[in-house]
Amino acid sequence: MTSPNNATLLQVEGLSKKFSVAGRWPWQKRTLSAVNDISFSIAPGETLSLVGESGCGKSTAGRMLVGLTAPSAGRILFEGQDLSGQTASQQRAMRRRIQLIFQDPYGSLNPRMTVGELIAEPALLHGLADRRSANDRVAELLGLVGLAKRHAGRYPHEFSGGQRQRIGIARALAVEPRLIVCDEPVSALDVSVQAQIVNLLQSLQDRLGLSYLFISHGLSVVRHISHRVAVMYLGNIVEIGPKAAIFDQPSHPYTRALLAAAPVPRPGARQASVALAGDMPSPLDPPSGCRFHPRCPFAIERCRREIPALTPGGDGRLVACHRWQEIPAFQANAPGAQHAPKTTRLLALYRQAAANSNSRMSSN
Amino acid sequence: MTPDVPLIEVRGLRVGFHTSGGTVAAVDDVDFSVRTGETLAIVGESGSGKSVMSLSLLRLVPSAITSGEILFHGEDLLAKPAHAMRDIRGGRIGMIFQEPNTSLNPVQTIGDQIVEAIQLHEAVGKAAARARAVEVLELTGIPSPKARMRSYPHELSGGMRQRAMIAMALACRPELLIADEPTTALDVTVQAQILDLMRELKANSGAAIILITHDLGVVAEMADRVAVMYAGRIVEIAPVTDLFDGPEHPYTIGLLSSMPSIDGDSDTLTPIEGSMPDPLALPAGCRFQPRCPFAIKRCAVEAPPLETVRPGHLSACWRAPLLETLTRGGQQ
Ligand SMILES: Nc1ncnc2c1ncn2[C@@H]1O[C@H](COP(=O)(O)OP(=O)(O)OP(=O)(O)O)[C@@H](O)[C@H]1O
Ligand SMILES: Nc1ncnc2c1ncn2[C@@H]1O[C@H](COP(=O)(O)OP(=O)(O)O)[C@@H](O)[C@H]1O
Ligand code: SF4
Ligand code: SF4
Ligand SMILES: [Mg+2]
Ligand SMILES: [Mg+2]
Repeated sequence: MTSPNNATLLQVEGLSKKFSVAGRWPWQKRTLSAVNDISFSIAPGETLSLVGESGCGKSTAGRMLVGLTAPSAGRILFEGQDLSGQTASQQRAMRRRIQLIFQDPYGSLNPRMTVGELIAEPALLHGLADRRSANDRVAELLGLVGLAKRHAGRYPHEFSGGQRQRIGIARALAVEPRLIVCDEPVSALDVSVQAQIVNLLQSLQDRLGLSYLFISHGLSVVRHISHRVAVMYLGNIVEIGPKAAIFDQPSHPYTRALLAAAPVPRPGARQASVALAGDMPSPLDPPSGCRFHPRCPFAIERCRREIPALTPGGDGRLVACHRWQEIPAFQANAPGAQHAPKTTRLLALYRQAAANSNSRMSSN
Repeated sequence: MTPDVPLIEVRGLRVGFHTSGGTVAAVDDVDFSVRTGETLAIVGESGSGKSVMSLSLLRLVPSAITSGEILFHGEDLLAKPAHAMRDIRGGRIGMIFQEPNTSLNPVQTIGDQIVEAIQLHEAVGKAAARARAVEVLELTGIPSPKARMRSYPHELSGGMRQRAMIAMALACRPELLIADEPTTALDVTVQAQILDLMRELKANSGAAIILITHDLGVVAEMADRVAVMYAGRIVEIAPVTDLFDGPEHPYTIGLLSSMPSIDGDSDTLTPIEGSMPDPLALPAGCRFQPRCPFAIKRCAVEAPPLETVRPGHLSACWRAPLLETLTRGGQQ
């Protein structure tokens, strides 16, 4: 993994999105706060992950970055320029540099176009290729995502889920983006295919210096792929920081609950249930004060009244909790959270044999 | 019933479909059994045949050609008349599916649905059935169960709908619960609640569970025994700690190596190369052979039978026991 440098590629400041939705009666309008005053930045070559329960605002945040949803408030600065204060053509040129890949690549691929046409289209549209150079560009992109040139003439339905995700990635790469918003790109895939796509995303990052906003609720993949992690709850970022800080010493009670809930592939390894009670409340009726207080095991009277602000919590993290310093330390990994020695040996033998058979295959 | 007699025993189960390209065997010669009070997890990638197999236990796969034996309390379910199956489904054998919407009626209240399920299987009065319905809803941890009786499915969150479905499955006090990916569509927080609930219910009722999942983490938490399926066959079956502490099939190891390591310290993942074979063009010999880094010549020719490696631990691999074979040196 490349370590990202310190310059900022993307800076998001106080971004909010409010939707107007029908209330109890059709003529009543209510405001749904999907994303609430979030700020973060992404450096070149960096992966920032957004995690949190369904409906917490991850996709809405991602859609604002790529221009599919207009923010209600806040600024998006890309390469130092404010995206909102630009003319349409300037915006179009900038937007090209931020691309989106989806969970369901199938839904986003026109079934009547060949894979070659699908990949060439965005490049032609943005004048990055002409009719003559398009074929070469398509071949190059197919190679980049691990597909073959001969795939260009086929249609999306002829491909498996993992291959379709590769097509989606090739299409995003066609316009030479610097940042890709990946919205649950591997959630619908089997673990073996998930691993193939995660490896692909990482190798593309190394080769092209891409940045990712990686949206996911799969914590183990997030831990594997991220440099930094932002945890969202009901539209707010409640904790953000370097991966190690978040996973090894989560400070916010919600981050802890998320980590504690993730199943571990070793019998007996997960801690005695610290299961979070109840569901996330509706964003139409967010609780007062700290929005997490109705489910928080550490809530006190103050939490009901006062909204906690994001404040520095050491090791580069920000936490929004009144009590993070007082509550007991959290042990993220149970002692048994490692494979048994025999399994570790077998995994090493498997990896070695897989590497050998790959190099055999590529040498002939 | 003596504890040694399995509650359900499946022998030589085959489930085939006619397709335009020919007949495919989605489940091909599968044997396993589950004892009372036991949780058997069935794990494998999508398309490996988990759902078809579990649905076929209740003869719920339309247009399938099913053969073999499914012995429930020693009686073959495949030989029973259709009306007898209707009694067993939702009665002595309960079901939970991934998508609650497919089994909950959108235009009927939760309460009415549970009451109906109870009265379908038992001769109890309306009041008694209602009381039982509230009781099972309460068991699943749904807040204010009495009020929830009057809710329609769409008024509930995903986690609550899943609880309502579990309540319905439990209302008739089943001896066996078949749960097909019951938490796959849920957030980890809600998943943890539902898994806790299933564990608790099993402990209290002594029911057996067949849990279908593709998540090895869920398997590790829930199962007593595990069957790993690949391309329509069981390739490994073992008690849960034996499977995780010493897997004996390369496919199982491949699944583990595809997952980010538990402590998050790996740099690259090792996926299983390639993809599942087309059921119409299965490879000769071992079905995993084209993707198997441990394959030897024999694997491309002869299909390995599912055989005992250690007591209770079976694997369908020519090279099992793996660690012994692989470290003996002199491969191929
Ligand atoms: N166009 C819209 N109109 C009204 N409400 C919306 C709209 N889009 C999203 N919302 C609401 O905004 C909130 C955040 O939604 P969003 O899709 O961003 O969540 P998410 O974190 O991506 O969830 P998931 O993990 O399920 O994908 C939800 O309450 C959702 O119902
Ligand atoms: N009605 C059907 N007709 C033909 N093939 C089917 C049918 N249902 C399932 N299959 C095939 O059977 C195999 C196993 O499917 P399934 O049991 O749903 O897998 P899993 O639940 O493990 O993901 C797949 O190849 C699938 O395409
Ligand atoms: S502010 Fe209070 S309610 Fe919110 S997370 Fe911290 S302790 Fe819990
Ligand atoms: S029989 Fe051969 S190909 Fe099949 S899993 Fe074992 S080693 Fe691999
Ligand atoms: Mg989303
Ligand atoms: Mg299935």
